[in-house]
Amino acid sequence: MSNQVATPPALDVVNLSKHYELAGSWFSNKQALVYAVDDVSFTLGRGETLGLVGESGCGKSTLGRTILRLVEPTSGTIRLEGEDITALSAQEMIARRQRLQVIFQDPYSSLNPRMRAGEIVGEPLTNFNRGTAAEQDERIAFLFKRVGLRPDQRQNFPHEFSGGQRQRLGIARALALGPSVIIGDEPVSALDVSVQAQVINLMMDLQDDYAISYLFIAHDLSVVRHISHRIAVMYLGQIVELATRQELFERPQHPYTQALLAAVPISHPRDRRKRITLKGDVESPINPPAGCRFHNRCPHAVAVCSQERPPLRPLSQDHAVACHLVV
Amino acid sequence: MTDNPLLSVDGLTVAFSSPDGPPVAAVQELSFSLNAGETLCIVGESGCGKSLTALSLMRLLPRPHGMIGAGRIMLEGRDIATASEADMRMLRGRAISMIFQEPMTSLNPVLTIGSQISEMVKVHEGLDETACRQRALDMLKLVRIPEPERRMDDYPHQLSGGMRQRVMIAMALVCDPKILLADEPTTALDVTIEAQILELIQDLKQRTGTAVILITHDFGVVAEMADRVLVMYAGRQIEQGTALELFDAPTHPYTQALMAAMPRFNAEGAQTRLKEIAGIVPALHERGQGCCFAPRCEKATRHCFDSMPPLRLMAGEHSVACWHAGSPQERHP
Amino acid sequence: MTQSLQQGLSHSGLSATRAGLRRLWRRYPLSLIGGFVLISLTVLSVLAPWLAPFDPFEMNVVDRLREPGEEYFFGTDAYGRDLFSRTLYGGRISLLIGLSVAGLSTLIGLLIGILAGYSRSADAVLMRIMDGLMAIPGILLAIALMSLARPGIGVVVVAITIPEIPRVVRLVRAVVLSVREQVYIQAAIATGTRLPRLMLKHILPNTLAPLIVQATYIAASAVLIESYLSFLGVGTPPEVPSWGNIIAEGRLYVQIAPWNIVCPSVFLALMVLSINMLGDGLRDMLDPRLQTRVR
Repeated sequence: MSNQVATPPALDVVNLSKHYELAGSWFSNKQALVYAVDDVSFTLGRGETLGLVGESGCGKSTLGRTILRLVEPTSGTIRLEGEDITALSAQEMIARRQRLQVIFQDPYSSLNPRMRAGEIVGEPLTNFNRGTAAEQDERIAFLFKRVGLRPDQRQNFPHEFSGGQRQRLGIARALALGPSVIIGDEPVSALDVSVQAQVINLMMDLQDDYAISYLFIAHDLSVVRHISHRIAVMYLGQIVELATRQELFERPQHPYTQALLAAVPISHPRDRRKRITLKGDVESPINPPAGCRFHNRCPHAVAVCSQERPPLRPLSQDHAVACHLVV
Repeated sequence: MTDNPLLSVDGLTVAFSSPDGPPVAAVQELSFSLNAGETLCIVGESGCGKSLTALSLMRLLPRPHGMIGAGRIMLEGRDIATASEADMRMLRGRAISMIFQEPMTSLNPVLTIGSQISEMVKVHEGLDETACRQRALDMLKLVRIPEPERRMDDYPHQLSGGMRQRVMIAMALVCDPKILLADEPTTALDVTIEAQILELIQDLKQRTGTAVILITHDFGVVAEMADRVLVMYAGRQIEQGTALELFDAPTHPYTQALMAAMPRFNAEGAQTRLKEIAGIVPALHERGQGCCFAPRCEKATRHCFDSMPPLRLMAGEHSVACWHAGSPQERHP
Repeated sequence: MTQSLQQGLSHSGLSATRAGLRRLWRRYPLSLIGGFVLISLTVLSVLAPWLAPFDPFEMNVVDRLREPGEEYFFGTDAYGRDLFSRTLYGGRISLLIGLSVAGLSTLIGLLIGILAGYSRSADAVLMRIMDGLMAIPGILLAIALMSLARPGIGVVVVAITIPEIPRVVRLVRAVVLSVREQVYIQAAIATGTRLPRLMLKHILPNTLAPLIVQATYIAASAVLIESYLSFLGVGTPPEVPSWGNIIAEGRLYVQIAPWNIVCPSVFLALMVLSINMLGDGLRDMLDPRLQTRVR
């Protein structure tokens, strides 16, 4: 995305935070704060896929939901195609949802079990009164075909579809209004390998055809590598590294990114080697460690790491890292 | 290969009774063997019967509908398929132990982990309280739980997912079983934790000489762990061989397709199309008389739909059930 | 039994095919029996004016405390009134009360429950009121209401309905709270679904199944409570032949004329039992997850 155009990026997130308060106990009024998303900034270009990786509890899903305004941000700014949507009321937000859509992880719980497939895919059209009933019907049939389902399956209920087919329904629903940004919250994590490939291919085809921008949230680095143009790595609510795909995989700078790459399973028994495995568990985002969030597990940590939080600094035009040790 | 494998499964069929009609076979004619100290990976997608295979080795099939329809499972000279429930209680834990995908559901939430591990020792070896506790503590140290003395008195919910899986492994290994049966042990875990657990299993295997049967859907895990691999599809074994044989020359179209469908981590030039396998796994009652992969197979011919290809030995230990799998070097019964 | 059941049901036009019925019978035999018994009781009660051989109010001093026999199927009471006729008419009262209590309490409870489940501020106030209501014993409330108003069936219905409402509210609120957290609700919001449609299309249908089941239990318990209240003399006015009243009057003669109690009691028990059996089956039938599993 180097060719800078005057049009604003599809999505511009600036210093976005989401903190939850946990109620204090009976004997202390000290409240615990959960730093689910903490001071996150990035942009998503038009027609671009930004992969967002991290382990469970790193806040990647909360970040997605905060951008969608399904969760209220604590501070920061979200701009959708240049328009600040951070402070819009729920009512005002509805109109913007035509341009900002979502695909959820679990194809089982994200479809209302009591609605027919056609109704589920057509609901966005109903919500915005797009065309007459006949036109909506035609659009639904088109969407079914586009995602690889038979239009005559419209009358079926979600439980009559397989996992992969359900995820196609979820994609058709996200596609219905012709959005410019789709946030994929682990859209293929729950699927079998062979079906996963089908869904990834479909999402990439759709991007080619409609120039959709994806924020692709996942924990699987190989999937993210396959689909993304740029990748952001999150750890405990913060982005620790953000780079183009090639940069990130060829020159990972942050120790956490390096560990994450080292932990990815190999693809041939001949590649077996002694891995550098990280010690310890992912820490809790409740009152996280001061300084660099990663310093307790970091093999290279020095004194400054436990005192000062490293900012996300650009190394080059397409690579930024939040680490004191990287110069 | 030794003459006497530790475990040999011969013609195993797992069936489910159905309310209307005859029982439906979910696993059919499965045969494999496991040598001491070896890691066998059983790979397949959901619904291929890999978990049912594991459960039948433990004789823990969901009752009352699941049952072992036919076949023998020989372990230490005994046939698990027909062993009495009392015999099974002695075999479980001591001869063969199992760990599950979600450790939270297999640990008792109201007992401390220390007491759960000691209980295992008490039941199987009848040691006294202090000795059991000591063994439990040793096990927690062995699976590298930090501050094991303090963790002994923790309840399962106080541990992270990775720690719980370590506790499960400690519990499974406390009575020194010959075989550790791991059903998707890392699927619910994060990648860095997955790497830790796989390394732990590998390490413990070398130290204790336990044979491992690892059930997984992830070829990455197979590449990392397996000595030998068995690929299952729709309840049947379709390919089997050493890890190198299988990764060097995947022969069954399904194995080939599955490997091609994985986004390769070290593949050059991503952003290409992934190879997809059209269609879906057939449901239990939709499995015909021919090769079960035929409806999704690019190479399928009339013959494939009409009759089931037998498992044929191709080379070394590599055998494949496909009519189009080249010419076998020698035919084996 | 199967035979008559199938005939009974296909006559009432409830189910389309014999095969469908047979499958239903295999899966939910008890609920089918319950449904059949309930329908028979309903038909008997509704057709009471035509089926009853005597006027339920007509006293016949000569035939006092007659044993059950050819002329009086269930015998007669202390005033010589035909117990069979009175029992049939009593069924109408019980059904009326059961239905109206179930209908009223679920309707009111549904509205309050949805409000409580969706609005946090309303929740705090409403649920405390409900807690308060739950603490009032139904019988005391009935007695209080009776002393304020003229005794009548309406008062009985109100007295039984009020303590039932909190139960419905809690149920609906719990369902709404859990459904609200479902991913598909988030998905609906994300596709721009407005609140009224969200309620009507996504949340309400989920409350319906448990509500219908709860309504059957409420109906059964209302029938029972009405009979307690009448038995204690604070229910339906004594001149109305409700089952509770018949039993209360018969209680005096239980040693010499036990049929005075036995016959209406059996009907009461049958009705409560059949409603409960039907409710259990409905609970399973209305759960789509259970259905797919069986298929």
